[in-house]
Amino acid sequence: MPPGQLALAATVAVLLAMPASAAGTVLHQEQSLYQNILVVREPSRLCLRFSLRRQTRNQSCIDPDAPQRMVFGYTQMMMALLLLEPAPGRILVAGLGGGTLPTALAALLPAATVDVVEIDPAVVALAKRYFGFEATARVRLEVVDARVFVKRALAREARYDAVLLDAYGGDYIPEHLLTREFLAEVRGLLPAGGVVVANTFSASRLYHHESTTYRAAFGTFFNFKAPGSGNRIVLAKNGPLPTRATLDANAAAWRMALAPYGVPIHTYPPLLTTEPDWDPNASVLTDQHAPANLLQGTAQ
Amino acid sequence: MPARAGSNTSRPLAFVVYALAFGGGFAIMALEMLGGRILAPWFGGSIHVWGSIIAVFMLSLALGYLGGGALSLRSPSLRRFGVIFVVAAAVLYPLLASAEAIMAWTFERVEDPRYGSLLAALLLFVAPTVVLGAISPYAVRLLVPSREQSGRVAGGLYFVSTLGSAAGTLATSFYFVLWFKIDTIIAGLATMLALLGLAAIAAAPRVDAGANA
Repeated sequence: MPPGQLALAATVAVLLAMPASAAGTVLHQEQSLYQNILVVREPSRLCLRFSLRRQTRNQSCIDPDAPQRMVFGYTQMMMALLLLEPAPGRILVAGLGGGTLPTALAALLPAATVDVVEIDPAVVALAKRYFGFEATARVRLEVVDARVFVKRALAREARYDAVLLDAYGGDYIPEHLLTREFLAEVRGLLPAGGVVVANTFSASRLYHHESTTYRAAFGTFFNFKAPGSGNRIVLAKNGPLPTRATLDANAAAWRMALAPYGVPIHTYPPLLTTEPDWDPNASVLTDQHAPANLLQGTAQ
Repeated sequence: MPARAGSNTSRPLAFVVYALAFGGGFAIMALEMLGGRILAPWFGGSIHVWGSIIAVFMLSLALGYLGGGALSLRSPSLRRFGVIFVVAAAVLYPLLASAEAIMAWTFERVEDPRYGSLLAALLLFVAPTVVLGAISPYAVRLLVPSREQSGRVAGGLYFVSTLGSAAGTLATSFYFVLWFKIDTIIAGLATMLALLGLAAIAAAPRVDAGANA
């Protein structure tokens, strides 16, 4: 190939590699230990993207003009934890992303402590640099695998009133964070009445297995899907689930405070259902048998 | 892969040794692929966990090569080659019963997940991998008829055992983890190794006689 042609080919390759799909400007791109990370400035928002095998997904976005507002439906939906536990004092968040959830929880609950675990140090650096995430005395961050953190926390008999699982981002699922044993360990961190909220998948065969796995660990849980969102949120409790009246009362109590965050919490109670819409015979995922990524590749 | 006509290695011997070398290669990589799965519940899925596993397998194979070479100096035979496989199966079986206890023990004593995963990988995988590493050099000794042929025979054996490793890697990561529990796969690998070893021992009286004639 002559040099001119080579240079042209290289230019084309670079242009193709630029993620111009969502009409954004790439502010930062790096290959971390775990994923290819992009920070992209879109016309009205700033986004953190992980690009893995097949596609690039927005992981976390903020609106720079209204940084409190939660841009994604699933992030808003995770706040439904306040319907089950309106005043959690000790919170654990697995998976940092842009830090939207821990930042919001720390602001909304001035007495709460928030422990955040994130496996990828590059994500931590970008969350601080671009998304205003700050570790403080009340928001403590540890760069560690969530499974290891949970096991260590169990060993020292730590307890959390609410655990948010948001570590299943992008295309790849950490399979050891989606097994009956892991969920049993998480449940072990909850006092009576403690809540787990998990952002999960809903578009593949995995949905059924994930649902039976949560059932196996927690019994009946609230399944939460919102119109227009491809995500499914699992809300489980260490103890009996609250009644509709309690959900409505908590929604009313939180509605005003959550307005700046764009969380329509008063619309959530009717959407929380305990009715299974999955195959109850799907095998429970265990440490011995957890082919989550292979299942995710198959159609529902 | 039959030995070339004109060499004085018997075809049945070559067939048996190549088949076993393939099986040994298969077991090594199948086990290594499972290593990540086994350690993840205790030490996570961080890159250092894979680093620990790969380092331990490389180290163990290196020791196994030395050991297999040394063993091959003392009256090498197909029967003894078969015994290596039976021993590999025998040291693999305890993994089924003791892996959880070993990892719990390590987890309690080593706070840093890097050194925790390294120590656990050492305790879990050194024994079977050292034994499996002894297969290749021993197989070379069994099949080399002359100095001129030694490079070709070694090349052929590396080819077959590495092909086995590729097959073990794909079969485990694509299918076995989807179909079976980890313990079932390990039991299957151990059983395969035991059967290969016993087959070699059973075939030894006829094949060794032919080769040594």
